[in-house]
Amino acid sequence: MRFVRKTKYQQDINLIQHSGHVLWYGLLLLAVFSAPLWLDRFLLGEFTYVFIYAIAGLGLMVLVGYTGLVSLGHAAFLAIGAYVHAYLLNQGLPFPVTMLIASLFSAFVGAMIAIPALRMTGIYLAVATLAFAVIVEQVLVHWSSVTGGFRGMAVPRAELGGVDFSSPVVFYFLSLTLLLGSMILVMNLLRSPAGRAMTAVRDSETSAESMGIHIARTKTLAFALSAGFTGLAGALFAHRLTYLAPDAFTIITSIQLLLMVVVGGLGSLHGVIYGAIFIGLLPQGIAILRDTVPPAIAQIPGLEPAIFGLILILFLIYEPLGIYGRWRKVRLFFEEFPLYRKATHKRQKSFLRTERLQ
Amino acid sequence: MSLLEAEALSVHFGGVKAVQDVSFTVEKGEVFSIVGPNGAGKTTIFNLISRIYDTTHGSVIFAEQDITRVPTHAIAELGIARTFQNTELFEQESVLNNLLIGCHIHRSTNLISEIFFLPAVRRQELAFREIAEEVIDLLDLQSYRDQIIGNLPYGVRKMVEIARALCLKPKLLLLDEPSSGLNPEETDDLSFWLEDINQDLGITVIMVEHDMNLVSQASDRVMALADGQLLTVGSPEAVQNHPDVLRAYLGD
Repeated sequence: MRFVRKTKYQQDINLIQHSGHVLWYGLLLLAVFSAPLWLDRFLLGEFTYVFIYAIAGLGLMVLVGYTGLVSLGHAAFLAIGAYVHAYLLNQGLPFPVTMLIASLFSAFVGAMIAIPALRMTGIYLAVATLAFAVIVEQVLVHWSSVTGGFRGMAVPRAELGGVDFSSPVVFYFLSLTLLLGSMILVMNLLRSPAGRAMTAVRDSETSAESMGIHIARTKTLAFALSAGFTGLAGALFAHRLTYLAPDAFTIITSIQLLLMVVVGGLGSLHGVIYGAIFIGLLPQGIAILRDTVPPAIAQIPGLEPAIFGLILILFLIYEPLGIYGRWRKVRLFFEEFPLYRKATHKRQKSFLRTERLQ
Repeated sequence: MSLLEAEALSVHFGGVKAVQDVSFTVEKGEVFSIVGPNGAGKTTIFNLISRIYDTTHGSVIFAEQDITRVPTHAIAELGIARTFQNTELFEQESVLNNLLIGCHIHRSTNLISEIFFLPAVRRQELAFREIAEEVIDLLDLQSYRDQIIGNLPYGVRKMVEIARALCLKPKLLLLDEPSSGLNPEETDDLSFWLEDINQDLGITVIMVEHDMNLVSQASDRVMALADGQLLTVGSPEAVQNHPDVLRAYLGD
């Protein structure tokens, strides 16, 4: 077990807190940056997909995991990012600019959504965001002069200075770099006042307000940031799809995104990555399973969403802290071996919430 | 000029008159206690001062400024900090992070500089930690610094809540039943800390409290309420022996 001796406040503030971090994250970075050398093309594409999901997951984690606002409509921001990016590329703008505009526009829409959403929490907010996603889907279908309607819209290749960013290896590095960048931004957010204000709003609005935190501003900010990251992921996602159609951004996509942060572990950035790996690779797993079970079962329509739903429910019941929570327990078991106490993670019930201000 | 003046304060919830025409003043530097049976309107008065409820009639004046209609989040910046009856801490965060949230009103950086963690943000974080560590030292919370609130015993949570309020560096501190759920030793410690807070830090304290020992030890003046109405204001002994107060607690 590691005991970190703290002698400076800086040690708490720095992102890298001890030599163990340097070693393990260093190895991880080495692995992901050298992946194109030892991974075949198909798996490289799957990993790229995981990175894109992880960027969207970061956005959703800021909103759901850190601010406590549930969104069932994040597919809409993914769609906005993808369509704005593809539309502007078709207009001939260079791709870093279109990506930035796609992300910013998505953030702007997120902030607009926050205004009515501020009055709602919990299930009502989930329903409202779901409605928003349906509206965006309809707009994509009917505004055919811009979006191409049902026929869809082709996504041009992203090229800059003679380099084709859509080619598998370059696109892998692009996604990886954007994921790392987004990750650092979110980590910075979480160690500074704006991020702490979000967690304060999540845990107790009344007391956050009494600490001088502007609730409406904080929630709007969380929505905007969340939508911005998801929009960025959408822009990358457009290249993976190569052809945009409204049916790529349905309620199922929204549920997958939410599933990702819940299964990964709410309120942790590790959870985003675990969740993205899980969601990114699960369809492959289901496809493999399909080959092994009798055709009568494998051909059931809606098998995939049903499995997604089942997993979400099982996690909510048995491991509300997700894969990351499970990993922490396993790690603690080995750190304290043979003295691990089973009751360490029993949730303490609080009985004194009766007179809570609402 | 008094630090806080409540002028004919009333609040009605539908037909229920939770507080009726209560006027009082709190002088700078004193410890002012509010006592009364359950449902007397003590916590409601706190919620009026900290603007969680809207006042129906009357006004509250703090440091010569009318705060009756100030938005809730602006109260902290004016220099009023509070604790809650059943603790309202940020349960999934560590003690240190709770205190850092208490420092939020001292923030001078903006979002952009924060997500890039510019040097100014780092300097500000260090300054926040200085404030938080001073408070941790004052209230002896060192051993709990990195623990998650959800894992702490109730008595410690109460102290963390006071600590968080102190991180705001308030002029006025509202303590809602600080000793409820504390054992006798902890209550004794609390009265010492109250003295430190009041005399060393120069913070004016208003507290709602049921423990009459703590009230008479710590407070300069006491206000008694019953059924939303003011009974009397005076020294702890005078209030304890006032015929109306005795009637409110014991009946005729």
